[in-house]
Amino acid sequence: MVEIETLARQFIEAIPHARALGLDLVSIDAGRAVISMPYDEKLIGDPKTGVIHGGAVSAMLDTCCGAAVMSHPSRPGQTATIDLRIDYMRAATPGQTLVATAECYHVARSVAFVRATAVDDRTDVPVASVAASFTAERS
Amino acid sequence: MARPRPEPVQVVKQRRDAALKALVDAVPYIRFLDISFDRRGDELTGVLHFSDDLIGNPMLPAIHGGATAAFLEVTAIISLGWASLWDDLESGVLDPARLEAGELPRMPKTIDLTVDYLRSGLPRDAYARAQIVRRGRRYASVNVLGWQDNRDRLFAQATGHFLMPSRDGSKAGSAAPEKGAS
Repeated sequence: MVEIETLARQFIEAIPHARALGLDLVSIDAGRAVISMPYDEKLIGDPKTGVIHGGAVSAMLDTCCGAAVMSHPSRPGQTATIDLRIDYMRAATPGQTLVATAECYHVARSVAFVRATAVDDRTDVPVASVAASFTAERS
Repeated sequence: MARPRPEPVQVVKQRRDAALKALVDAVPYIRFLDISFDRRGDELTGVLHFSDDLIGNPMLPAIHGGATAAFLEVTAIISLGWASLWDDLESGVLDPARLEAGELPRMPKTIDLTVDYLRSGLPRDAYARAQIVRRGRRYASVNVLGWQDNRDRLFAQATGHFLMPSRDGSKAGSAAPEKGAS
């Protein structure tokens, strides 16, 4: 199992867009991934309030979901997003790091199912939540 | 009664382009992704200019699904904001100089967005156009289509709901009914 996680980590850390967003893989383990994104002014969506753009939150969550799929014990291998729905519950607090947690809860023959949430320093109500399906090629 | 003489074309273009530029330039994240907007009359087309920083799968290579989602969301929000602004801009109620000076209207907020990934995003520019299905006083429903080389071969599409900012800010009666007149 260790080598899948190592491979998934290497893959995630080599993604140019993940680097551009400043994403950091906090942990990855058997279908569960945690990724953080520090606050950055270049990601602001509302210049009046300094709130991060929803698009950046969704890019972070998509990456986290992909990482969760890749680390799943069923070894789904390479993956791509089929469909991703995001709900924005509240604005991310300016200045705070966002932390996404994704769980790949089922892998069928060709599809992996994932859910994820993102929080800032306040953890009782998520900033956003995601339900997604990804491609899977079970070996 | 003679109809009023139409404005010179340069005046019309200058006003519309200045307003659109002010709306787009205000958002750092739009600059980060390097998205611009082409305008034909009131119709907007988002352009995601390709750069290596957009890559999500270096092996293929393909544009990051998150960048695609963000591009479609940005296109939906700008198209909605632009549609809300259009009437006031054209009637003269809204002076584009005020927009340029940073007095920007509040933009719609995304409630939810569902993105359909139809093909992998190729390492080249992408385009998107939003169709506003309904723009009510409080909520709006928008579809966005994204393509690259061929308009008929979509690489992604999205549908989403947006919370519209209250018009007239504080003046808007908070006791106003939620539904009905829109």
